[in-house]
Amino acid sequence: MINSIYQLTAPRLIEVTYGEIDLSEGGVLVRPSYLSICRADQRYYQGARSKEVLAKKLPMALIHECMAEVVYDTEGNFKPGERVICIPNTPTEDDDIIAENYRLSSKFRSSGFDGFLQDYVLMQPDRLVRISEDVNPDVASFTELISVSMHIISRFDKIAHSRRNSIGVWGDGNLGFITAILLSKLYPDVKLYVFGMDYDKLSLFTFADETMHVDEIPDDLKLDHCFECVGGAGCEPAINQMIDHINPEGTIALCGVSENNVAINTRMVLERGLRLFGSSRSGRADFEKTVKFLEDNPTEAHYLETLVGEAFDVRTIPDIHKAFDADKALRLGKTVIHWNK
Amino acid sequence: MTFAVVLAGGIGSRMGNSETPKQYLMLGKKPIIIHTIERFFVCPDFEHVIVLTPKAWVAHTENMIKKSLGDTDKITVIEGGSTRNETLMNAIRFIEANYGLQDDTIIVTHDAVRPFVTHRIIEENITAAKKYGACDTVVPATDTIVESQDGEVISQIPNRATLFQGQTPQSFNAKKLKDLYESLTDEEKDILTDACKIFAMKGEKVYLVQGEVSNMKITYPFDLKVAATMLGGDFEE
Repeated sequence: MINSIYQLTAPRLIEVTYGEIDLSEGGVLVRPSYLSICRADQRYYQGARSKEVLAKKLPMALIHECMAEVVYDTEGNFKPGERVICIPNTPTEDDDIIAENYRLSSKFRSSGFDGFLQDYVLMQPDRLVRISEDVNPDVASFTELISVSMHIISRFDKIAHSRRNSIGVWGDGNLGFITAILLSKLYPDVKLYVFGMDYDKLSLFTFADETMHVDEIPDDLKLDHCFECVGGAGCEPAINQMIDHINPEGTIALCGVSENNVAINTRMVLERGLRLFGSSRSGRADFEKTVKFLEDNPTEAHYLETLVGEAFDVRTIPDIHKAFDADKALRLGKTVIHWNK
Repeated sequence: MTFAVVLAGGIGSRMGNSETPKQYLMLGKKPIIIHTIERFFVCPDFEHVIVLTPKAWVAHTENMIKKSLGDTDKITVIEGGSTRNETLMNAIRFIEANYGLQDDTIIVTHDAVRPFVTHRIIEENITAAKKYGACDTVVPATDTIVESQDGEVISQIPNRATLFQGQTPQSFNAKKLKDLYESLTDEEKDILTDACKIFAMKGEKVYLVQGEVSNMKITYPFDLKVAATMLGGDFEE
């Protein structure tokens, strides 16, 4: 079967290309239905990556946050029409120690190979997680992003010491919002602080115990653990601020992506015996936990619904551009694509 | 119920030196017709896929399908008719005999030589046929269309803005199509070679579904070269 693939061939240029899908290879044929634009997609789209990276990665279909509908399962385990979340991380080998999302050999959609801007995608069954019809599909479209927060928190749970009286989240963007929502539900007894730069955005974190502007944190405020969800140029002052406000032997989860090296106060990291750990992509277990979370926690799912900025019905390539342009202008929130191309 | 009807009745006399009907030529790793059939086969909207081929190619087509998709009871290959409309009627007779013809039976008819049809086009055909009874897939005309009654001088040049080029799928309420076709005289049947034209001539509305330029018909050797290039492969003469 011939498949249409909508690839970014150069910054802001999307062209259709064609490939063959061979059903005899086995797998589950899915039709992407609800997609969400990630900052990483936007950076490729705008050409905000180095020339070397763009030359290596393009042409490539963007989008790795995807809910799809099953079209045809060669094994018959999935039924046509079933809603599934697609896992963009694709392991190519087994490893008992290193998680699938950190293996160097793993491939990732819309980074190492084509993302979900395609007519159909042939997925391996273990890259699909069923999701209930009760979950708002616009929210389900960015399950992948939520699963990254879930992954960070799961790792935090294993790494951080057990005193968890207070936790601080730095970052008033999407990742900070989602991570804070999950933390508030998963650790109801913890005093949750959120720190940001924008009063309007901070006012939306109604589920947190306290929100503060980063310039107004009292010197004597001490936290057991911290989550950095800032990224970009802002992550350097954010991490150093965390180091200033964390209690000894606390854990700092680094979650924001920076294109540049970050200088941090290692003297205090050493002196206080801090632990810093990084997380980025999520694996199947995180997706399963996230889907269950969305299905079991309608209140938190409603909070997440407020993140949906604008939803675009995409039937043409110009519609894709409209969605990316609107997403670029978003201060907070997720741009959702209803994929009807 | 909704049925896919893949029309492969033509013998492809326009495909240059090739003696193989054009729909059976290879495109990438598979024959063109298999690419097209697979598109409809995987679509859960279709109760059944009916493929109509020249008599001599029925068994051959069945073998190709088996090779590509294994044993399946979702596809039936039957012999086409002497004209495009007769071929369509064969499909409707098959549906009537095996499933019965209901008021809401829809057929989505598609040229076997248009393997680049997309999910959206198929979905919008089904929706439009259910809602309106008939639809045609079209793209806006890009060339100026010139009409000549005698083939020597221009009779008129219609306004291009109102012209579209017809593609497939064409989709219909099967019962309505059958009734309209049976109401035609033999002379009318000779003239009305396109099923949408039957609807239009009988005063029935035929709605337009937006096609794609890429939903091309592989008619000439040039088209096959273009199709192979689109698929990113090399074309061997």
